[in-house]
Amino acid sequence: MKTLNNEAKQNQATTSVKISGAEAVIKCLLEEGADLAYGYPGGAIMPVYDEIYKYQDKFHHVLTRHEQGAAHAAQGFARVTGKPGIVFATSGPGATNLVTGIADAQIDSTPLVCITGQVASHLLGSDAFQETDIIGISTPVTKWNYQITKASEIPEVIAKAFYIAKSGRPGPVLIDITKDAQFGELDYSYKKCEKIRSYRATPKIEVDKIKEAAKIINNAKKPFIVWGQGVIIGSAEQEFKNFIEKTDIPSASTALGLSALETKHPLHVGMVGMHGNYAPNKLTNECDVLIAIGMRFDDRVTGNLNTYAKQAKVIHFDIDPAEIDKNVKTDVAVLGDVKETLTEIMSYVNKAEHKEWMSEFDKLYAIEKNEVIVDQLNPTKEGLTMGEVLGGINKVSKGEAVVVSDVGQHQMFACRYADFVKTRSSVTSGGLGTMGFALPAAIGAKMGVPNREVVAIIGDGGYQMTCNELGTILQTKAAVKIVVLNNSYLGMVRQWQELFFDKRYASTEMISPDFVKLAEAYDIEATRVSKREDLEGAIKTMMASKEAFFLEVVIEQEDNVFPMIPTGASVSDIRLS
Amino acid sequence: MEEIKNFTISVYTENNVGILNRLSAIFLKRHINIESMTVSKSEIENVHRFTFVVNISQVQAHKVVGQLEKQIEVIRAFFHTEDEIIYNETALFKISTEHLYNEEIQKRMKFRRAHVLTITERYFVIEASGSKENIDKMYKKLKPFGLLQFVRSGRIAITRPKMAISELLQEFN
Repeated sequence: MKTLNNEAKQNQATTSVKISGAEAVIKCLLEEGADLAYGYPGGAIMPVYDEIYKYQDKFHHVLTRHEQGAAHAAQGFARVTGKPGIVFATSGPGATNLVTGIADAQIDSTPLVCITGQVASHLLGSDAFQETDIIGISTPVTKWNYQITKASEIPEVIAKAFYIAKSGRPGPVLIDITKDAQFGELDYSYKKCEKIRSYRATPKIEVDKIKEAAKIINNAKKPFIVWGQGVIIGSAEQEFKNFIEKTDIPSASTALGLSALETKHPLHVGMVGMHGNYAPNKLTNECDVLIAIGMRFDDRVTGNLNTYAKQAKVIHFDIDPAEIDKNVKTDVAVLGDVKETLTEIMSYVNKAEHKEWMSEFDKLYAIEKNEVIVDQLNPTKEGLTMGEVLGGINKVSKGEAVVVSDVGQHQMFACRYADFVKTRSSVTSGGLGTMGFALPAAIGAKMGVPNREVVAIIGDGGYQMTCNELGTILQTKAAVKIVVLNNSYLGMVRQWQELFFDKRYASTEMISPDFVKLAEAYDIEATRVSKREDLEGAIKTMMASKEAFFLEVVIEQEDNVFPMIPTGASVSDIRLS
Repeated sequence: MEEIKNFTISVYTENNVGILNRLSAIFLKRHINIESMTVSKSEIENVHRFTFVVNISQVQAHKVVGQLEKQIEVIRAFFHTEDEIIYNETALFKISTEHLYNEEIQKRMKFRRAHVLTITERYFVIEASGSKENIDKMYKKLKPFGLLQFVRSGRIAITRPKMAISELLQEFN
């Protein structure tokens, strides 16, 4: 009774107002600075959509054509802005359709706040219409999730959701709100979450470890850096650059780390990994100190772990303690936000020069250029290559565009050949490898940075997984440039079939519709190029367009991506052909 | 190949719906079978303690604990080998009363940590507690009498080394 009285007094004292749970959802999002969401309405989320309607002058909603598209669009938005992407979906199939996007965001550390409607709380567990246990389903692929059954919980839970999604190593969170909680009333007041007692977003920085790392770096003759998306997420691009320039260490990116450092920087030695560059992969096994910064030693980066950088001392900078020693045993772990740890280490590392060591990278680059790159960028064969399309885009964009790539061969060409001069310019589905990611992600990216050019590079396979989102472009007029590299195959799988399954092309040949007509049906200007002499002009026309544009390039059918580290092989066994 | 052995994993968590699912998903993702599990209150108010017993390598134990601790509502997680803990398990055996005066059963009852909980006309119930091995042994001896029911608890364990959990929470608060 005592507490009740106290509560009553408190309520009188504050200026809180009574509103519905659904309205509280929108107000909370606005409090967090989120005024744009992607989603799809349905029965169990209708009260929230009703509020979206009422708040339409302040809060914008993009209707995608499938919930998966909403999740990917929110990812694209989050990746280019660093802000959480907001997603709405209804219960049941609406919620389950989000799962692929959520899993993608989880493995690529992308902040999302997903809000799903749920059947009324008295119906929970009754197998009601469109009831599904989305909390159970999404648990392994969310950083956190929570089911709200009372309107009064909404402000606190949403505040917590934003804090968790954004802080530390970011990730997706899912809030499931029963319909009665959306209809229910609450005394609304909002307070941002700043702390959760069981959660330490950023580990404490240990200066001793930083000193220890600096000592090893100062004594290194052949140091080598592999950086990942952590540099971008931590907004540590400048600190990273200062660090590598002072220590003069050749540095390679993971697929997700691309664009953190401008492609043409003299210390940028390319990309590591299965289809990365020859020099950084080979020399991983020759460096004396390997410094990993904001990356997680994915198997596509390391190849066979038993033969990965065994000769080197390993220093690992990361914000997530669970990443330390997960795949590669480290000698020194520097935990913390890389923006802080890279700032801190500057006073302990010596200015150095590694000219001779750097020349090793140059030598191997020359080999790769000769055997692979020239042939890709300036091919002499009749068929068009994916590489020359990227080269053509570079010429026009001067590296200023955001390149959103899907999954497959074209993705590896985009990662290998796209030039970047600004950070947050490469958006791709890395960890999960989600075909169909690029088109919706590009829509979200364009809305996140409307003043930048956004070019989606997509294969003919992935494009057909989510090309329904052309409808979203039609409706929102998102000026996305869509490039489909069409080789009439699921190219990456076909490449593996060619190399490892004696050319048995099981279900990889693809007959596609007329993509130009399809784009035109959505009122998008479209063109197809199949001859080299038309390519440059078409790219120029596309890039000059103020609206969405579709460009299909007919690619040589059985081209392969090289270099390549076959599965289970060592990084030093990278093949050039 | 790294040695596989029993690890007792203690996880301190907030007391919220769905945590069990989140923790078990971490074992599931790594194809680790949970040998036993106990959930209860802990020494700290509003903090729950999960005790898992798993058969894995030390490296795996280290990684699993890292992933468990990463969960938002997990306060701390620890792993311990058998010699680092004092632990107990309890079992109940329901046996037909016709065997009550059997010599073997009487012999079993002489163990310090076994006693009869109840006797009725039709059945009696023995409670035994101790290590996993003790209970396994008891089970083997009693099985021939036709166990009407048998149930054993998950492990509860107290560690010999200090677990600095209370201090940690104070720091958070």
